[in-house]
Amino acid sequence: MTISAIGTSPKRKEDRRFITGKGNYTDDINRAGQAYAYFLRSPHAHARILGIDSAAALAMPGVVAVLTGKELAEDGVGGLICGWMVHSKDGTPMKAGPHPALAQEKVRYAGDAVAVVIAETYAQAKDGAEAVMVDYDVLPAVVDAKAALDASAPLVHDEIPQNMVFDWELGNFKETVDAFANAAKVVSLDIYNNRLIPNPMEPRAALGEYDAGTGIHTLHTTSQNPHVARLVLSAFIGIAPEHKLRVIAPDVGGGFGSKIFIYAEETVCVWAARRVGRPVKWTSDRSEAFLSDAHGRDHHTHAALALDENAKILGLRVKTIANLGAYLSTFASSVPTYLYATLLSGQYNIPAIYAEVQGVYTHTAPVDAYRGAGRPEATYVIERLVEEAARQTGLDPVEFRRRNFIRSFPHQTPVIMAYDTGDYDASLTKALEIADYANFTARRATSEAKGRKRGIGFSTYIEACGIAPSAAVGSLGAGVGLWESAEVRVNPTGSVEVLTGSHSHGQGHETTFAQLVSSRLGIPIDNIEIVHGDTDKVQFGMGTYGSRSGAVGMSAIAKALDKVEAKAKKIAAHLMEAAAEDIEFKDGKFTVAGTDKSLAFPEVSLAAYVGHKFPTNEIEPGLKESAFYDPLNFTFPAGCHICELEVDPDTGVVTIEKFTAVDDFGVVINPMIVEGQVHGGIAQGIGQAMLENAVYNEDGQLLTGSYMDYTMPRASDLPSFTLGFTSTPCPSNPLGIKGCGEAGAIAAPPAIVNALTDALRIRDFTMPATPERVWRAANSARLAAE
Amino acid sequence: MTAVSMTVNGKAVTAEAEPRTLLVQYIREQIRLTGTHVGCDTSQCGACVVHVDGLAVKSCTVLAVQAEGANVLTIEGLASDGKLHAVQEAFREHHGLQCGFCTPGMIMTAVDMIRRHPGGLDEKTIRAELEGNICRCTGYHNIVKAIEAASQAMGQREAAE
Repeated sequence: MTISAIGTSPKRKEDRRFITGKGNYTDDINRAGQAYAYFLRSPHAHARILGIDSAAALAMPGVVAVLTGKELAEDGVGGLICGWMVHSKDGTPMKAGPHPALAQEKVRYAGDAVAVVIAETYAQAKDGAEAVMVDYDVLPAVVDAKAALDASAPLVHDEIPQNMVFDWELGNFKETVDAFANAAKVVSLDIYNNRLIPNPMEPRAALGEYDAGTGIHTLHTTSQNPHVARLVLSAFIGIAPEHKLRVIAPDVGGGFGSKIFIYAEETVCVWAARRVGRPVKWTSDRSEAFLSDAHGRDHHTHAALALDENAKILGLRVKTIANLGAYLSTFASSVPTYLYATLLSGQYNIPAIYAEVQGVYTHTAPVDAYRGAGRPEATYVIERLVEEAARQTGLDPVEFRRRNFIRSFPHQTPVIMAYDTGDYDASLTKALEIADYANFTARRATSEAKGRKRGIGFSTYIEACGIAPSAAVGSLGAGVGLWESAEVRVNPTGSVEVLTGSHSHGQGHETTFAQLVSSRLGIPIDNIEIVHGDTDKVQFGMGTYGSRSGAVGMSAIAKALDKVEAKAKKIAAHLMEAAAEDIEFKDGKFTVAGTDKSLAFPEVSLAAYVGHKFPTNEIEPGLKESAFYDPLNFTFPAGCHICELEVDPDTGVVTIEKFTAVDDFGVVINPMIVEGQVHGGIAQGIGQAMLENAVYNEDGQLLTGSYMDYTMPRASDLPSFTLGFTSTPCPSNPLGIKGCGEAGAIAAPPAIVNALTDALRIRDFTMPATPERVWRAANSARLAAE
Repeated sequence: MTAVSMTVNGKAVTAEAEPRTLLVQYIREQIRLTGTHVGCDTSQCGACVVHVDGLAVKSCTVLAVQAEGANVLTIEGLASDGKLHAVQEAFREHHGLQCGFCTPGMIMTAVDMIRRHPGGLDEKTIRAELEGNICRCTGYHNIVKAIEAASQAMGQREAAE
């Protein structure tokens, strides 16, 4: 019998269906009698809707219905919500405009859904949409967050002055002002953190069904958190009572945050299915995904670091203007506030930090969590500043960091977070060895001799994962506590089902969660089924984002396993006529201590269901336990990424020569899967730093609306990565797990820009480092002279 | 609507298609083989790669009617007699997939790539050859390793035969 221990890399259980084309994604599911939905979207960024004429569309072949915001309102379907309340400095709650699933009166970004056409085929729905006549009164638009704050800027929501959703602060203002007053040196940067479009390879999709006999609605959808979708659709949007709504997220083809949110289209499909009395299916095409999936990042920041005469950091002051788009998406308000400013201390001992963030409406797609969600933006600010501070003080960037590292734990930062454990010097030292920093100067000289410019850049990042302790996030404005649930069902034959509130959309939970059960119960992973993603099967859960599945989801499973083991010991004790406290459980065997009497796990599980004469006041039949786990703290993965690159000043082409990542994720369940997560994160980080950029023109048209215009990282854009690990187990959860999903996306962008500015010996560079921009930077002196 | 006939995974099939129906739509919706995926609408992502008469093509750039009479191989037809193809095995062995959505197209591209490079494949060539396939999960690191390993395994297998 093979046990798959924690820390080993069994091959993934889920792979077989994916490599043979037997995956079951939402668009693969079809229902008898299903109709197809196509959303008619606003071509304008800002306009008043004077009228919608559906008559011609309704006469088109195959068109079943054309529904608009009017019908939505008639049926009492509520607007989409933002689930995290943020208060401004003056104590007033954030100002959120209404967000109807189909536009009412006004459209507020190019891509805003105006009507849905439902037809017999997808092509007929699309043809029908062409025939819907919408009379628009086009209004001026604003797409840049800084410009949107201007008194003369057009208003996205008429009732919200200056387009300002909140003007928020965090940290110790007075201490920070004093720190800057006493500083020997102040280093500052103006930063634009470029807007990104998440682009999971599976576009969003929804299949809504309604059973008129039972009144039950079923929604198959591409969600990272189906239970939260059900709760929001039911309690806030009012689609159906919670017990009459089943949400299923089957195989989901990547998410990266963008499939957390409860969107208009999914909402409309389940409502429309009831309204037209047929299953209604919608699958986004990629162009729609570009327009309507929540985007990420888009921060303008001014940041300054105060240093004493020994290059020790005295204080950090940050002012950020965050673009939130035209509506507040589900977690939009938390991303540039509590998920951002709380991480500004990085790995450094900074006595005083003060951050101000203005959240701003613009006529662009909503902006919400994308891989890292606030933490990449924070890390970019502090890691760029630290590198610049090292340069201005004449210190090696490694030495500057070492001088300022936090070295004792727990460490309370001035921005809420209390780091529980870490060893930042260990990951830095290991990364320096792998990157062969000692010989960098020689490599630079070799490049120079070829007419190339070589640079090296560091990023010693920290992340907060495992969102989140309910007490903490509740007091910070979250609408729900972010615990996780698990149920472990042992079958009579000793095989096991685990029902988890986590959701896997590429992370490999079917394997890693099974490893935990295998190592605890001594049964092979093939005898363990991980069940997730169906609100009818799984008890309430919070889903997967922010690397919470290991630290929170698996901790819930561990807790349920504790209960299973305790009960199984009682049953074993009864069967072997011993005291429960004398039973030892190891390698799948229950033994009476000090004897050779033992029972195998399946013998005990069988007895649990078929056993007779249990002392019923002590033992109930069955072997099934559930647990809810509310974490004690966030977890704090950290590490050091180093980028070494070469620039060809004649073409502006940047080549990453070596990318080194050393991460401390605490206890690692499956190193193969964790390495894969790091690879993918780095690729998205390199994407942000070198390739990707979402651009709207001043009229609010998305110029980067397809793979022809938005540069997705391709195989030839990326190097192979060199990884290493250090480990300080997390003391805040029973498994010692910290989380690994976002590390690469957080750490890579500042490492790359630090390397690029080192190579070109320039102060700053705005991402992405496309050849044209790099060529201009490399030839700035020449360009200025001309 | 016209009846369009072809051979898919060794089986003769006939189904209705509009003149504008894409081969990928025909395969997914008419033949109900949903392993071939649609990840974009500009023929960039490669999630829809199948083999038509032995050549890897993006089935979103071919009309179903153009494939009349053709011999089409999809991801579902790659394993034979329940035995995985060497490329499928290599993707699993080297963790060359995460969410699995781009995987069928990646594997079909890789099979074709290896066939076109009987002398073997190095990292640089593999990365260049993957130009038409986008993956958002893996950073390509393990996909490249998987294709390299499959290329070697297939070379050795052929040498042994």
